[in-house]
Amino acid sequence: MQVNENSKEFKPLIVAFCCNWCSYAGADLAGTSRLSYPADVKIIRVPCSCRVNPMFILKAFEKGADGVIMCGCHPGDCHYTTGNYYARRRMTLLFSMLDYLGVDKERVRVEWVSAAEGQRFAMVMNDFAKKITELGENVKLGDIRCKK
Amino acid sequence: MQRIGVFVCWCGSNIAATVDVDRVVEAVKTDPNVVHAENYQYMCSEAGQKLIRDAITEHQLTGIVVCSCSPRMHEQTFRKTAEAAGLNQYMVEIANIREQCSWIHKDKDEGTEKAIILARAAIAKVCLNAPLQPGQSKVVKRALIIGGGIAGIQSAIDIADAGYKVDIVERTPTIGGKMAQLDKTFPTLDCASCIVTPKMVECAQHPNITIYAYSEVEEVKGFVGNFNVKIRKKARYVDETKCTGCAVCTEKCPSRKGRNEFNCGLDTRGAVYIPFAQAIPNVATIDATNCLHFKTGKCGICAKNCSANAIDFEQKDEIFEEQYGAIVVATGYQISDVTKFDEYQYTKHPDVVTSLELERLMNAAGPSKGVLVKPSDGKHPHDIVFIQCVGSRDISGRGKCYCSKICCMYTAKHAMLIREKYPDVNVHVFYIDVRTPGKNFDEFYRRAVEQYNVDYIKGMVGKVYENEKGGLTVQAVDLISNERVMLDTDMVVLAAAIEPSDGVKHIASMLTASIDTNNFLTEAHPKLRPVESPTAGVFLSGVCQGPKDIPETVSQAGAAAVKVVGLLAKDYLVTNPCTAHTDETMCNGCSSCERVCPYGAISYIDKEVMDKGVREVRRIAQVNGALCQGCGACTVACPSGAMDLKGFSNKQIMAEVDAICK
Amino acid sequence: MNNEKALAEEVVSFSGTNPRNCMKCGKCSATCPTFEEMDLHPHEFVSYLASGRIEKLLQSKTIYKCLSCFACVERCPRGVEPSRLIEAVRDSVVGQKGADYLSPDRIPERLDPDLPQQAITAAFRKYKK
Repeated sequence: MQVNENSKEFKPLIVAFCCNWCSYAGADLAGTSRLSYPADVKIIRVPCSCRVNPMFILKAFEKGADGVIMCGCHPGDCHYTTGNYYARRRMTLLFSMLDYLGVDKERVRVEWVSAAEGQRFAMVMNDFAKKITELGENVKLGDIRCKK
Repeated sequence: MQRIGVFVCWCGSNIAATVDVDRVVEAVKTDPNVVHAENYQYMCSEAGQKLIRDAITEHQLTGIVVCSCSPRMHEQTFRKTAEAAGLNQYMVEIANIREQCSWIHKDKDEGTEKAIILARAAIAKVCLNAPLQPGQSKVVKRALIIGGGIAGIQSAIDIADAGYKVDIVERTPTIGGKMAQLDKTFPTLDCASCIVTPKMVECAQHPNITIYAYSEVEEVKGFVGNFNVKIRKKARYVDETKCTGCAVCTEKCPSRKGRNEFNCGLDTRGAVYIPFAQAIPNVATIDATNCLHFKTGKCGICAKNCSANAIDFEQKDEIFEEQYGAIVVATGYQISDVTKFDEYQYTKHPDVVTSLELERLMNAAGPSKGVLVKPSDGKHPHDIVFIQCVGSRDISGRGKCYCSKICCMYTAKHAMLIREKYPDVNVHVFYIDVRTPGKNFDEFYRRAVEQYNVDYIKGMVGKVYENEKGGLTVQAVDLISNERVMLDTDMVVLAAAIEPSDGVKHIASMLTASIDTNNFLTEAHPKLRPVESPTAGVFLSGVCQGPKDIPETVSQAGAAAVKVVGLLAKDYLVTNPCTAHTDETMCNGCSSCERVCPYGAISYIDKEVMDKGVREVRRIAQVNGALCQGCGACTVACPSGAMDLKGFSNKQIMAEVDAICK
Repeated sequence: MNNEKALAEEVVSFSGTNPRNCMKCGKCSATCPTFEEMDLHPHEFVSYLASGRIEKLLQSKTIYKCLSCFACVERCPRGVEPSRLIEAVRDSVVGQKGADYLSPDRIPERLDPDLPQQAITAAFRKYKK
């Protein structure tokens, strides 16, 4: 969480896990097409959405992230054939546990973005950032020791 | 403690305009692991790379971070740079501060802040990188071509000429594809058969080429250099080794109701048939759905008349396995469904035909022996209307959003051929745009207009209906004169959109090759790698990749062949070292990872391990590095956390998360 | 001039369709059963509105000649739906004038047995509610 001293405007911290083959390339395309989305979104490259351990997402929240989004290839288009199906199941499980863990469900999102969907990537990120800004700072799971 | 060097690229003004590169350098220097940081105008240039090499030697760097464009662009470049300076190439990380930072943000402060965070994440990751050694895998020196049209034929001949074995798998009873069905080819008007049949013969006679016609790919396993493919050879009920292609059976067959696919269903054929006289392989095929023997158990006239004793009603589909180093997809196209356009009466009136059907009607080997006649009554037409873009450039849901590319030219060809052969026939072409980019293409089209008096009318046809005389009336608007056009005509020819063959989706999923929303196979890079699929070892040839004409198809087929030859020329391939591996002390042999692995790369062995001073035999997962593609599915499935992925380890990703959330 | 553009944009947004999708193939006019009755044809409506011109369309008799049979909507390869554009122009004209093109009392005398029902329905669409 960063607070801009001048305006006191809330700037959320958003971690995006993007698969190397589709979504990361989609993010590149968004860049090449100069489609802007908030700088609050920081992308971590993973080989496939199925590499994203739900632990990583919880870790991000623990460290103070306000929102985590995971992007992969569209179902059926996975570079590794079935990776995003595993990812989808795991995320469904994670979603069912988020309330219990004390994380607002809306702070986690799964989106499928192909390498050709630069525009969609920017749209998804804008939308997610807007949602997280509305939700405000994540205070539930954040380890207070990590925050200043 | 690692010794990390950070190199920030300006990318001219692409990065430097929105990211304060000096501030980034100052910021990363505060990281305890960073011993050197600098910025330069173009890191990827030779001068920039030299800068990196020198820094590696001078500061004895153990890892480097390059803050530049997307790793998809220059990761390889900088890995080679590191390698040249004696650093393991996997000790390189890229922070993407162009596509994912400078290009999308306008505010310089914001951009710089983000660039610093991205750089820190990369530094955190590279600190945990370990030197990796790529492995080797053997290359099987044999190529598979899926599809025996002109694209597949050309690729096969080129690869075979280079000295490698090639197998062609063709779904229909003969190779030759759509080109064999054509009459003449644009823009030279030379006979299609005269140029494609010699190529087919060349394939059949080439010592390096094996043709599996009437066969389909059943299953594909393995990876680049070592695909394991199951091929189903469908039962022809004719022994290919005995059949001489004398065609006596095809004449004697009493069942005459089979749809003649080669003539686009314009006439019928016997249940035992040879698609056309120059078919390769020139052997008969029995179509069991129409054969009286299979329907009633009687007949068998073909068998009685076959002097070679080639008919074998007991034949079964045969499945065999073969190893290939590379696969070329050349599945081609089909005419899209025009029945949805009921305003053109295609299903209701026999004199409304598609262009491919007209092609057969004009072909000397076609159902009318090359004499242009109306399919309804066999009479000579006096007026013909061509309608362009039927189903192409259509986003309403009935057609295809793309331009089929070849229709403008073949329509001009048809118009010209008809006017040449039958000067009494009036020819009208309704067009939206005439697109003729290509060598001698526009000249060709203009010749149709200027010399052959073909009537080109700008405007799509609204509807076609049967008039009281039994002929057809075409209702349209001439958009240049802004007047209604009502034309009585004898025949209507629809330039139907082309689409990828219907089997391609299945083939793409077997090969894990990606396809776009129109079912065209995607290339690895639209400009720089146009004949390679993103899936290693899979190459694209012909219309399966996008609409194209014969010259373009042949050049692409040649290009794909060169890529295949380049691959087969290697004895070994370097494998991706970013694979999964097991921590033996943590693995409990539960098989969770094996079940999620899409490549069958995980197996189990009983192994003696030393754990906490105890020596015991345990069942442990083992990853085959040559098969593992590094997706990481197993790492998350593993309940004990024993499985990890090199290059994207749990610790590395956690470190990135930490750095970003700091 | 700017007013015209603003009005054109308003009418377009009101129609719920995008004339910029048009690729100028003319199939709407080609398929239109009342083409010859019209002074400006469906493809011209699309073209005018795509370039932000509407003045001429407001004067056009076409808005009353369109049967709203939706043949153009059905067959347009680009999903432009010209009929909806014509209807939007018509609505804006009828709304502006505050008067009807036809008087309901005069409809019975205009009826003839050959008149398709569609035309009667369409005629009623030309009223301000």
